Amino acid sequence: MRRQPFRAAEGGHLVDRSEPLRFDFDGHRYEGYQGDSLASGLLAAGVRIVARSFKYHRPRGVWGFGSEEPNAMVTTGIREDARANLKATEILLSDGLEAFGQNAWPSVAWDMGGAVGLAGRLMPAGFYYKTFMAPTRGWSALYEPLIRRMAGFGPAPAAPDDAFYAKRRIHADVLVAGGGPAGVAAALAAARAGARVVLADENVRFGGALLRMPGEIEEGDGLAWIDTAIAELETMSHVCLLRRATVTGYYDHNLLTVAERPDDDVEPSTPAVRLWFVRARDVVLAAGAHERPLLFDGNDRPGVMSASAAAGYAHAYGVLAGRQVVVAGNNDSIYAVARLLRGAGVAIAAVADSRSGGGVPDLPCRMGWVVERAVGSRRVRGVLLRRADGKPEDKGERIACDFVAMAGGWSPTLHLHAQARGSLDYDEERGLILPGRAGGVNRSAGAAAGRFDLDGCLAEGWAAGLAAATSSGHERPVGPPPRSPNRSAGDAPVSWQVGPGKRFVDLQYDVTAADIELAAREGYQSVEHVKRYTALGMGTDQGKTSSMAGLVLLSEALGRPVARTGTTTFRPPYTPVPIAAMAAGLVGEGRDALRRTAADDWHEAQGAVFTAAGLWRRPRYYPRDGMEEVETIEAEVRETRGGVGIVDVGTLGKVDIQGRDARVFLDLIYANRISTLGIGRGRYGLMLREDGRVFDDGVIMRLGEHHFYLTTTTAHQHAVMQHIEFLLQTVWPELEVYASDVTEHWFAAALAGPGSRALLGRAAPELDLSDAAFPMMAVRAATVAGLSALVFRMSYSGELSYEIAVPADHGLALWTRLLSEGREDDLTPYGTEAMGVMRIEKGHVTHAEADGRTTPDDLGLGRMVSADKRGVGKRSLDLPALRQKGRRQLVGLSVIDTQARIPPGCQVAESSDMKPAPPLGHITSFCYSPTFGRAIALALVENGRARTGQTVHITSPMTGLSMAAEVVPPVFYDAQGTRLHG
Amino acid sequence: MLLIPCPFCGARDETEFVYGGDAGVERPRNPETTTDEAWTDYLCFRDNPQGMHRELWFHRDGCQRWITIERDTRTHELGAVRLSRS
Ligand SMILES: [Zn+2]
Repeated sequence: MRRQPFRAAEGGHLVDRSEPLRFDFDGHRYEGYQGDSLASGLLAAGVRIVARSFKYHRPRGVWGFGSEEPNAMVTTGIREDARANLKATEILLSDGLEAFGQNAWPSVAWDMGGAVGLAGRLMPAGFYYKTFMAPTRGWSALYEPLIRRMAGFGPAPAAPDDAFYAKRRIHADVLVAGGGPAGVAAALAAARAGARVVLADENVRFGGALLRMPGEIEEGDGLAWIDTAIAELETMSHVCLLRRATVTGYYDHNLLTVAERPDDDVEPSTPAVRLWFVRARDVVLAAGAHERPLLFDGNDRPGVMSASAAAGYAHAYGVLAGRQVVVAGNNDSIYAVARLLRGAGVAIAAVADSRSGGGVPDLPCRMGWVVERAVGSRRVRGVLLRRADGKPEDKGERIACDFVAMAGGWSPTLHLHAQARGSLDYDEERGLILPGRAGGVNRSAGAAAGRFDLDGCLAEGWAAGLAAATSSGHERPVGPPPRSPNRSAGDAPVSWQVGPGKRFVDLQYDVTAADIELAAREGYQSVEHVKRYTALGMGTDQGKTSSMAGLVLLSEALGRPVARTGTTTFRPPYTPVPIAAMAAGLVGEGRDALRRTAADDWHEAQGAVFTAAGLWRRPRYYPRDGMEEVETIEAEVRETRGGVGIVDVGTLGKVDIQGRDARVFLDLIYANRISTLGIGRGRYGLMLREDGRVFDDGVIMRLGEHHFYLTTTTAHQHAVMQHIEFLLQTVWPELEVYASDVTEHWFAAALAGPGSRALLGRAAPELDLSDAAFPMMAVRAATVAGLSALVFRMSYSGELSYEIAVPADHGLALWTRLLSEGREDDLTPYGTEAMGVMRIEKGHVTHAEADGRTTPDDLGLGRMVSADKRGVGKRSLDLPALRQKGRRQLVGLSVIDTQARIPPGCQVAESSDMKPAPPLGHITSFCYSPTFGRAIALALVENGRARTGQTVHITSPMTGLSMAAEVVPPVFYDAQGTRLHG
Repeated sequence: MLLIPCPFCGARDETEFVYGGDAGVERPRNPETTTDEAWTDYLCFRDNPQGMHRELWFHRDGCQRWITIERDTRTHELGAVRLSRS
């Protein structure tokens, strides 16, 4: 246990000193306080090296304060709990936290890569491209193993992340992104006006820049005013306040995503990340600004950091980044930072202001001086200052310090504005890129719009909040805007370059000023190309601190104005969002609604093995004691074909069609003629897509003069409804037809097998089941097992068969009553496997054959297409491409070796050698047929019907299996259809 | 993600809808006398305009109506929205 040598005696509005916490970093134990971030805890403990850089493995320390942090990347937890690439500035310290610095071996303090200086020489700008162009031997033998070892971020976790992630969707009148003075003023004004407001801020506490530096609002402490405003907002039921919540993306029609990282210890069910989707009528963008770095040799050394961050650690956490500081910068903020640090107990070695003249008497100012170099390697030990306007031969002056606070001015956060396709304006005089015309319905305010004085931020935020409320229809009186005496914030002149050496622009990806100059010398002109060539701004920090410097350097190197260079595209997310948060609700149990038929309870009680059919679950087979799966399925087939079986067909899509023009319409949507169907009769129907391919099939029953009932395949229930509605609403709106999806209204079971007539005869005694009274494809209303039902005589299995439909509420009763009635018949319930075997034996097509590429003729159903009527898809069948020779046609394949079994994914080939060659076709469905005692298959084969009687080979190049098979007609079983009559 | 103002249901999220393609495509009135070229045109060929586009959407998870929407393909800005069956 180490104490906290860099914790000031007092101060720190975010920490609770009465609650010490212990945490581990790289195997050492430290102490911090409740409210600390990992970054402030490490700084308090005196840990200066927290990571190694990506390319050069240089030691790196904490640079920033929040999500802009480019350096302090850590992994928390180990093995399955490991979370990599987190920013130490964003991690709330918790008791027992384990964290590790990244990109170093064996540890960040002693890293081999950095010690030998190897990585740097291997990786100049554009090293990926140059290296890939070298002989490949060099790549695999030398570069790749080294780079794999040296480069990259944290390790991927070893096991699935079992933490809980969640999503939430809400609508709001006004979303305010950023809870600093401008954002809080905006939220308060909008909420008072009556708008539903969401205010999101990435910190634990609202206040923005006031968390880091004190300010005055309404003649009092600024942060106290913020607290009062938040307390007022908290009383309003139409306001949603989100802390530790970053607005990460701005999408079409004002949909924004907010990644919230709730405090871990609230309750066990609190998600690790909650991803909000906020649909806002109006948006106030008040995400503040990022401090820019100064570019000098060694500006990446641990201890060189953002001035506002250094102030922030002292003010918010009572943590000192060191004992003696050099504050350097190009704007007035350096004086406030220096005074704040001095007040916290830091010795001010020098305040170097690159502007000449002016200065303040209470600080050791060096007007017109800049930092040329940071001295020290594992941590900064001093700086070399020199005159900004001096000659190269001038000797600088070395000043000792243990940290450097640098203030390079501010870059407004334009990300959300730009993601919404807003335009960007370059203000040459101020050296700022500012939001221009808005893309979505939004307005930028405060530092995000280039206002850096507190009073201006408040006024602008208030006005933006009011305007956003008004635009969403809320105009209640709101009172006067808050004011602040802090009315000036001198802008920073644009000055980027000082001297030679390693001047880092992008700390995270180790891009130096020299890299950008090299890219320009090598001919790169476009900022997008330079970004990809050098990797500038491609890190997880998305170039928050580096993009402006990179842009200016590139423009200088190319000798053209910054406005002409332009920026790279801003893309979401603003900060990294765990994939697990995006996947929340889309994986695992609960992803989809589960549809269960009315008889599902019985199947489950029976121990059925289920299979998914779209959202439905259906019994695959019913396991039997002491029998393997394969044997069970064979038994289900055998007992059905030899006796009687029952299958749940409640999942089939069912559509009720009524209206004066129903017959006309059905003739148009089916390839065969439906209009001639008599009342009480049914017909198999084939639906085509307009391009002539088979779309779906089913049975159409005519229940009345203008009343039909049709079935669709389970898979295409929704697609068929959509197709029908499309035709009715857009193509033939003049037809009077009403279609209703009644899939959920009806349950249906099929009795199949020679024994089905006797069983149904007992269950429905008043029904005459003789062939004459109840022929094939007839439909009758009847009482079955005491329930009102529709009975259809049709067959899918190839046996005598009846389908019985009852209202879904009676489904379970029908099923159980038939089962008990059928006890004396040895009625066998069967699942989709047995059903599949019987339909393959019978040569019925499913979507494996009607796969969106096959025509009726390909499937051997060409004769079903009515020649003398119009209909969807009919015209396309005459197109040359659909009539040409050599199309794949549906055939049956009978495997010659009775012991052979067909593996999945087989081709049909002329020879068995499996040499690469275009196949003749492919297997669409296959099974072992217990009826024939051999493996059989349906296949689509080039000119297949003409090959009947020939021998082909079923090949599986993936498994190396191959077997000879005879081409036969697709109907293996009872081609004459005699069994349909029992 | 679009927010589509369904004439029946009000403004609803794009995920409730299914895109149905160009609303300007008209099915030839007499397919059997339509040439192969004209039929293939109807089946397969669509304009890809930069700007306003009239298109069909199906409110699958809502009222089951097909609606016709004007959408700017550059900005996703929506113009007039109406029922396709007028
Ligand atoms: Zn609707």
